[in-house]
Amino acid sequence: MEFIEMRDICKTYVMGDMTVPVLKSVSLTIARGELVTLMGSSGSGKSTLMNILGCLDRPTSGECWLDGQEVAQLSGDQRALVRNHKLGFVFQSFNLLPRTSALENVAMPLSYTAEGLSEREARQRAADMLNRFGLADRLHHEPSQLSGGQQQRVAIARALINRPPLLFADEPTGNLDSKTSEEVLRMFEQLNAEDGITIIMVTHDPNVAQHAKRVIHINDGVIVDNAFTVPPAAVAGGGT
Amino acid sequence: MRIHTTARTALRALARNPMRAMLTTLGIVIGIGAVIAMMEIGAGSSVALQKTIASMGANVLVIRPGTASSGGVSFGAGSTTTLSPLDSAAILQECPAVRNATPMVRARTQVVYGNRNWVPTYIYGTTPAFLDVQDWPTLSEGEPFTERDVLNATKVCLLGRTLVRELFGDESPIGKEIRLKNVAFKVVGVLGAKGANMMGLDQDDIVLAPWTTIKYRVTGSSLSSGNQSASNSSTSESVNTLSNLYPGSQPGLYPARSAVQAADNPMPVRFANIDQILAAAHDAADVQPAIEQITTLLRERHRMRPGEPDDFNIRDMTEMTKALSSTTTLMTNLLLAVAMISLVVGGVGIMNIMLVSVTERTREIGLRMAVGARGGDILRQFLVEAVVLCLVGGTMGILLGHGGSQLVRIFMHWPVATSPTAIAAAVLVSATVGIVFGFYPAWKAARLDPIEALRYE
Repeated sequence: MEFIEMRDICKTYVMGDMTVPVLKSVSLTIARGELVTLMGSSGSGKSTLMNILGCLDRPTSGECWLDGQEVAQLSGDQRALVRNHKLGFVFQSFNLLPRTSALENVAMPLSYTAEGLSEREARQRAADMLNRFGLADRLHHEPSQLSGGQQQRVAIARALINRPPLLFADEPTGNLDSKTSEEVLRMFEQLNAEDGITIIMVTHDPNVAQHAKRVIHINDGVIVDNAFTVPPAAVAGGGT
Repeated sequence: MRIHTTARTALRALARNPMRAMLTTLGIVIGIGAVIAMMEIGAGSSVALQKTIASMGANVLVIRPGTASSGGVSFGAGSTTTLSPLDSAAILQECPAVRNATPMVRARTQVVYGNRNWVPTYIYGTTPAFLDVQDWPTLSEGEPFTERDVLNATKVCLLGRTLVRELFGDESPIGKEIRLKNVAFKVVGVLGAKGANMMGLDQDDIVLAPWTTIKYRVTGSSLSSGNQSASNSSTSESVNTLSNLYPGSQPGLYPARSAVQAADNPMPVRFANIDQILAAAHDAADVQPAIEQITTLLRERHRMRPGEPDDFNIRDMTEMTKALSSTTTLMTNLLLAVAMISLVVGGVGIMNIMLVSVTERTREIGLRMAVGARGGDILRQFLVEAVVLCLVGGTMGILLGHGGSQLVRIFMHWPVATSPTAIAAAVLVSATVGIVFGFYPAWKAARLDPIEALRYE
């Protein structure tokens, strides 16, 4: 079984007496260590797909296996545990806690971890993580004192603090200029190559998609293209 | 998430917006402050009130001999002679609820000084303990008589203010001699003014003397009433001699016996009987135990068989005690009502701000959920924040209230009493307010959908 395996995932929203199908029987597999881009226009269902993959939402029907675990039927608390242990999230708007130092922002997920590190260990781990992203001299800066690129790096450090095997990035460069975008994307490539972290990026920017080894196009709740860009020759059939 | 981590997270969240945290707690600060100040001032007034009522005699028990009856005709309380001064001493010694006790004999006769005379409301023969039992204000002049005077049946007395005014006018009575039934008493002191009692009788219209003197030199028996000075003046010459230390101006308890009778049938030594015993309980709560202890003791001392009716009766000032306790209860309830209102207002303030805070921090909540916080973690975080706010507010309120009541004490001279109970209750109540009014916002936060929360603008 692959690292991520989705089978016939459907998601329907009920609005009053109308049912709106957002995902129409999506099947998808992603192997460990892939760097995948999820592309689609607004309203195509890519965010819903990511939310289901990210254990933030449950599909109306279908199975979703993550690292050998069926996550579609888990309860809210169980999904919280999966998110804490196996997933990292990076958002377009960084979502750092205001008036809280970079160090504490990064250490925050550790307080929800069952293994229960001591305060000192947690801070040490957070400092190491920030150090790795070149923010050793920004440990005690608050988000408002950091540039956009630095804020996103703090957010990435926070996403990786629990050493998850899977990282979600929702429009990670949406709020950044082209130069820092490049930096952040290179960082993702590096994490993917060196640490073997599986990365799923959601974007509508073709430039971002270029950095991925595989681009999944989604339109109207259906995967229309599931191609590996690298190598360009290896074009797989669409997986609906 | 462990509790100290939660507490630290809550404190950090509050520290992010200290001004708002301060304003939020203001309601609790004022509420608890008011409660503490009211409790302390209230407790102070209550203590003062208790003292006042105690000085009116609420804690005093009157023990009188029981009733005698003859052929079904009862003569009323005090018509037998069953109490002795030794009973009084025993009560003081063996009843832990009793603060002090004093025997009393009463008389009613004319008091003469020079060309003036007066019949005071009270002529009491007693011991120096009487002043303590009755919570009498300090003497305005002179000294009280002593236990030695009681043993010696010394002819000394203390006068009340009214009597001094009637007999002496502006003159000082100290060292002067007044005459009761032609017995000369030296005035050693003047009692402080006490005013009228509950029944409107002037308590300052009084002569106090050693009970031995009144009993053996003046009345010669108990319960003499009426103005005897005229009827007895003929016999008084024979009474008032130095050689006869304990003369009876009236016939003794028993008819005199001849020498033969005495030799044939020696009588046990008869105790001196007294009219009543006054006993003071330590405080209002001790009155009931005191009554029980005294009853047990006197039944034992008087060798009463079980089932036999008491040969004495005990009166307490139930009405006054009731008035005291109902006043205190009323005051406490009033304070409680004020406390509840101000705390509810404070709690609503906390809830209000916590709701704003939850809305404002929706994205933070979404983020925390995304990185693995469960609903319970979020609930606990916001609940702890509310409780911390309330506890901090409560602490400041306690300091404020205590400081306020101290200011009142210093500048307005009101009696205040620090009340540890009130402080403990304030801490408890503020924590409860935090939990009660923090729960709804926290529950709302915990129920947020992480996707919606993350998207919230």
